[in-house]
Amino acid sequence: MADVTFTVDGKKLTAPAGTLLIDACRKAGIEIPAFCYYPGLSLQAACRMCVVRQEKVPKLQTACTTTVAEGQVFITDSPEITQARKATIELLLGNHPLDCPVCDAGGECELQDMTFKYGAGESLYAEAKQHREEQQWSPAVFYDRPRCILCYRCIRMCGEGMDVWALGVQNRGARAVIAPNGGDTLDCEQCGMCIDVCPVGALTSGSYRYKTRPWEMNHISTVCTHCADGCKVTLGVRQSNIGSEIIRADNRDKSGINGDFLCAKGRFGFDFVENPERLNKPLVRNANGQLEPASWEHALRFAAGKLKEIRDARGGSAIGVIGSNLTTNEENYLLQKFARTVLQTNNIDHERTADYAGFARALAGSQGRTASMRDTATAPAILLIGGNPTEEHPLLAWNLRTNVRLNRARLYVANAKQIKLERQAKAVLRLPADGYPALAAHLDGSDKVIAGSAFRETLLAEESLLVILGQEYRGAELEELVKWGLKRDNVRFAFLGDHANSRGAADMGLLPDLLPGYVPVTAPGQFSAEYPGMPAAPGKALPDIFASAAKGELAALLVVGANPIAKPGMDAAALKNTFVIVHDIFLTETAAHADVVFPAASLYEKSGTVTNTYGDVQLARKAADRSGVKPDFEILVRLAGAMGVDVKTLVPFGTTGITADLGQSRGAQAGEADRHAVWLAANGLEPKLSPFDPLAVLDEIERLVPGYKMDRLNLFGGNDVPSEPGFVPLSALTANAAITPAHDGLFTSGTLGRYSPGLKDLNRHQAAPALAKTAAD
Amino acid sequence: MPRLVSHPDEVKIVTRRFGQGAANIDRYVELGGYEAAKKCLAQGPEWIINEMKASNLRGRGGAGFATGLKWSFVPKQSAKPKYVLVNGDESEPGTCKDHLIFLHDPHSIIEGTIIAGLAIGAKLGFIYLRGEYRYLLEIMEKAVADAYAKGFLGKNIFGSDTEFQVITQTGAGAYEVGEESALMESLEGKRGVPRIKPPFPAVVGLYGGPTVINNAETIATVPHVISMGAAAYAAVGSERNGGTRLFGVSGHVERPGVYELPMGYNLKKIIYDVAGGVRGGRKLKAVVPGGSSTPVLLPEEIENLGMDFDQVGKAGSMLGSGGVVVIDDQTCIVEFALRTISFYQHESCGWCIPCREGTDWLKKSLTRFHAGFGTAKDIDNIQYLAENMLGRTFCPLGDAAAMPTLGFVKKFRKEFEDHLNGKPCPFAKHVEVAVV
Amino acid sequence: MSNETMTIFSPKLAARFDALVQKYPARRSALVPMLLYAQDEIGYLSDAVIAEVAARIGITELDVRNVATYYSMLRFKPAGKFNVQVCTNISCMLRGAYDLFERFQDELGIGHKGVTTDGLFSLEEVECIGACCWAPAIQVNYDFHDELNPDSVPGILAEYRGKAKAEGTVSHA
Ligand SMILES: Cc1cc2nc3c(=O)[nH]c(=O)nc-3n(C[C@H](O)[C@H](O)[C@H](O)COP(=O)(O)O)c2cc1C
Ligand code: SF4
Ligand code: SF4
Ligand code: SF4
Ligand code: SF4
Ligand code: FES
Ligand code: FES
Repeated sequence: MADVTFTVDGKKLTAPAGTLLIDACRKAGIEIPAFCYYPGLSLQAACRMCVVRQEKVPKLQTACTTTVAEGQVFITDSPEITQARKATIELLLGNHPLDCPVCDAGGECELQDMTFKYGAGESLYAEAKQHREEQQWSPAVFYDRPRCILCYRCIRMCGEGMDVWALGVQNRGARAVIAPNGGDTLDCEQCGMCIDVCPVGALTSGSYRYKTRPWEMNHISTVCTHCADGCKVTLGVRQSNIGSEIIRADNRDKSGINGDFLCAKGRFGFDFVENPERLNKPLVRNANGQLEPASWEHALRFAAGKLKEIRDARGGSAIGVIGSNLTTNEENYLLQKFARTVLQTNNIDHERTADYAGFARALAGSQGRTASMRDTATAPAILLIGGNPTEEHPLLAWNLRTNVRLNRARLYVANAKQIKLERQAKAVLRLPADGYPALAAHLDGSDKVIAGSAFRETLLAEESLLVILGQEYRGAELEELVKWGLKRDNVRFAFLGDHANSRGAADMGLLPDLLPGYVPVTAPGQFSAEYPGMPAAPGKALPDIFASAAKGELAALLVVGANPIAKPGMDAAALKNTFVIVHDIFLTETAAHADVVFPAASLYEKSGTVTNTYGDVQLARKAADRSGVKPDFEILVRLAGAMGVDVKTLVPFGTTGITADLGQSRGAQAGEADRHAVWLAANGLEPKLSPFDPLAVLDEIERLVPGYKMDRLNLFGGNDVPSEPGFVPLSALTANAAITPAHDGLFTSGTLGRYSPGLKDLNRHQAAPALAKTAAD
Repeated sequence: MPRLVSHPDEVKIVTRRFGQGAANIDRYVELGGYEAAKKCLAQGPEWIINEMKASNLRGRGGAGFATGLKWSFVPKQSAKPKYVLVNGDESEPGTCKDHLIFLHDPHSIIEGTIIAGLAIGAKLGFIYLRGEYRYLLEIMEKAVADAYAKGFLGKNIFGSDTEFQVITQTGAGAYEVGEESALMESLEGKRGVPRIKPPFPAVVGLYGGPTVINNAETIATVPHVISMGAAAYAAVGSERNGGTRLFGVSGHVERPGVYELPMGYNLKKIIYDVAGGVRGGRKLKAVVPGGSSTPVLLPEEIENLGMDFDQVGKAGSMLGSGGVVVIDDQTCIVEFALRTISFYQHESCGWCIPCREGTDWLKKSLTRFHAGFGTAKDIDNIQYLAENMLGRTFCPLGDAAAMPTLGFVKKFRKEFEDHLNGKPCPFAKHVEVAVV
Repeated sequence: MSNETMTIFSPKLAARFDALVQKYPARRSALVPMLLYAQDEIGYLSDAVIAEVAARIGITELDVRNVATYYSMLRFKPAGKFNVQVCTNISCMLRGAYDLFERFQDELGIGHKGVTTDGLFSLEEVECIGACCWAPAIQVNYDFHDELNPDSVPGILAEYRGKAKAEGTVSHA
């Protein structure tokens, strides 16, 4: 819309006609108080806090519903307006318990802030306050009516934002309450978004309530360790006797690719960190065959000795390495470099959940054809093929819903099953169960397997398209579909995989046949010089590693943050003659079979980068500390050191000096590097003067891995930075890819999720028979 | 059966057919019914709207908005269907006039609805009655069925190729649903919470279509305006206040009842002549001129007060719904104020803070005050609260609660003070208000 | 829906509901009348009523409850077969509504929102019922009784007791 000019408090402002006055003012730095207004949600005009005076209008107007037009004159600050706001707060406080000293929101409560600002301090109120018992609606959500100011943000967030519609308002007048859909329980996605938007302490979370005061915590932004969407999450951390304790997860500054959003896993699933089953000492199998605690020195020396012995006696081909979907890019990179150059084996893999290599291969040679997570929130037209984002990619589902709701994006869904996002879809194509391979041909006009449909016509009329592919696609079908899109202009792709850094695991070359950036082992290019000692032939994929163990051909297995034995069809007995080393945070099924177990730090206890399934690289920052555990990065470096390796060949620390940390550090200002070092320290990152600094490896990744040329300033500023998949010659695919989607739902997260009491509670709550009949979906 | 009353000063236009069996369609037709609708069908929308404008008919629901002007706001072209909505929620304490129209002359409402539909180009009208009016709803339903049977409603009304349908609807107990946008919400099956304005109903109303909403009395008046001619109708009333009004006189008068009097008729005469004076020869203490939400007037303020929208407005109150509540000198104003605010506390929809919290607070304070536990500060506090609700709420219900409260404390401060210092209630009547 | 045997309503009411949801430009417009008519038949809005109404309209039960709890005539517990609603609002109050209400309390031995042990009567103090000029007024279910005084109370109660006897029902809930 055309811009209009209007006056606020004597200042001339310009904004597109129809902009809400409150938004225009906020943009111009004029603060308008608001309880009920929440950007992106429907308008309420209920709290009356945002009142302003408009010239020639008799009554005060609400800035949250007034749209600006040419020549209007507003006053937002005057004794009259201050008095109106003060009175509104006084009225609210009339029935408000004022239990701020014990309230969870105390210190970050919008009502408290406004009371302070408008000075409604003295109580005029002499009446009995309405008392009501606090209610627990679910393990995650508690409601305290006396504190509720009825701003209806929670209802709108749940309905409009989440499309769950689990909350309502009942009764009327002063007896009005917010009510959950199950009468006294909440049958929903348990995302906690309602808690997040509550401006006061009326909705509190089961995990955080009454635990601490906001100002007793440090707040550290990092990346969620669960699904592959890669939400930015702010962890509230407090010192404890064993290091520091994570008390809360939210996204308080609303920055990052997820904006407002976090799902139940991101918000409540951090508690695995405090699980008493956490490993905190290395374990070594003793003569009786029992795992017993050992010192780090002993465990490292023992494991290194065995590895060295086996490598020297039987060669690298007798060793297998399985990496993780949850460790950082630097760790994954280091692990494969360690495997290839120190252990001299290409027998390296991870538990693959999606065919990222196939995706990279299909896109080989075409640049700018991948979409970032941010694009899913802005693309005007999206084709979602397969997958079930509502359950498995909550942020993606949120972005798609928001995009449809606020930008009127057109969503097209092609799926063999019915999925909830069809409620937002412009058109749906129900595929036959085995119909995915035929879709590309169908879009090209073939009606053989899939009957002709209006779906195709509307879809093809779109000028641009963001195609999101589920894990149903791999190999040839994946390639065919991508090829279909590449023929058209303005088609970009995203590909869905499962865990926090599955994409990074593949990108960093935790693959038997592909090096970092999907560079084939058989055509290693510059890696041949960088990786002395690397075998020339591709190694074994995960199933083959286990098969060779069963045949007695695998002498050693190093498993870093993975639990392959827990997967169906995996036989632990196969490992009985294999020396097994496991890094993990729990004594998983696989760790229980190990000869040496190293207690590892979780993603929340270390720094590094991770890549979400859209290829967005983000910086994970160390939030918590835990005595006894070490990051996998450090464990690997120490292991290599104990094997007698010059660790500088693995981690190029201290070689180029700390100025290299910041690409733009040679700026006009002197001393920038120093300040950067301070910044690194303040953010829990070690200046890379030590071999344990993952940033040293990040330099190498940037140098060697195609597609990982990143804007460091942005990355370190806490933003997501896109990567591009590399270039994979057609021949480079492993036959036995063994891709198994995890299909984690809203409350599960692989092995990790099993150690989260919070997620287990939510799972139990949602599975309870009382909630069997889901109201909203 | 509600008693019908009569007084020589009455000008019976809307009440013309009361007590004459006009609920029967044949009788209604015999008494000249549906002729106005036929005339309008022949004359067309522009003519109707001009007549309505010329009649100076102002809405009888409370605000007194000019009916013809309101109708003219409806866009001629609309992608969405247009609707007529008759507001028969009649819940303002002191008001029972629509009750009598539904009972005695239901067809006048149907006929008025048809005319409004013709004027704006709507094909569907709704007649919404408060839930308590079940027996009246049944009368209305029968009347609608009869009108369909006669072809006055349907695809081809009066044999023309014009369509007009009517649907009756019941509420289920909510004063706030009388507010026009809350009424639309209720009719759409939702909580009776008002809508953000603009857009106004004439542009975006029921089901998103342009909608004219009028009070039942306004609608029942329409056929009479057409029949007698706008000029003749306007001439009955006072300046800019056309025609007559159904004044419901209740409280401490000898002959309470609904009287149809010309606009501008003197209030003092209404009390002392028409309604027979204050009951038992007592003294007049105060009068609420237009339903419970209108500020109370003192005897000296009504000496020369003509009952039309402008004059009562000038006197510092409002003509409102025309419910004149007469209060004698044996009445405790604090108790009266308490009962009034209790009503608004009970009926506040709760959407916005000032009304939800303000009515609750005022009710609690007045309850305590009337029970003899008040302090001098309370009086100021009550006034402060009411002043700070005024003009700040989402819909006029907040004002409707604040305005009378302000009237009571300002005009009867002395009586509030008499309740202090161990003198609970000088009138020692009821203190409990059990409605919750 | 009426051809399904799953309804908790009488065949007549079920048929009426079938028609009602078709009557309006939007199905949901039938909600408020449906709740009131269902209450007239069942006595109150039981969980089963809410579930069936939600299914008939095609909205969630939460949605139905949000709406139902707004309207003061709708209740979630059984009332007496005859629900006596005494208006005590201003016009009625001025003409003795509280005395009338007290008399009802005395005669029935119950207070506001109480139900007699035989389930025959319940009592409620209500807001203005639109009979101000004929005050004080009450409603027994949907019947108006106006221009009352406390001495009218026994007669009114006798009238309804007689009705109950004639119908052969004593207890309702
Ligand atoms: C709280 C509130 C309650 C109202 N109740 C009624 C009512 O019961 N009946 C009515 O006709 N108008 C009522 N109104 C006025 C309506 O909003 C609307 O102005 C009126 O129906 C328009 O009709 P009219 O122009 O014919 O007066 C109420 C308004 C408010 C703010
Ligand atoms: S936690 Fe449940 S109720 Fe709250 S917003 Fe999420 S889905 Fe809705
Ligand atoms: S619970 Fe919180 S978000 Fe919801 S209405 Fe109450 S104050 Fe607002
Ligand atoms: S959507 Fe994924 S990344 Fe985001 S909070 Fe949930 S589990 Fe974590
Ligand atoms: S003023 Fe506010 S709370 Fe009161 S009825 Fe209107 S919208 Fe509801
Ligand atoms: S923010 Fe405008 S009324 Fe609440
Ligand atoms: S005040 Fe009792 S009926 Fe109106």
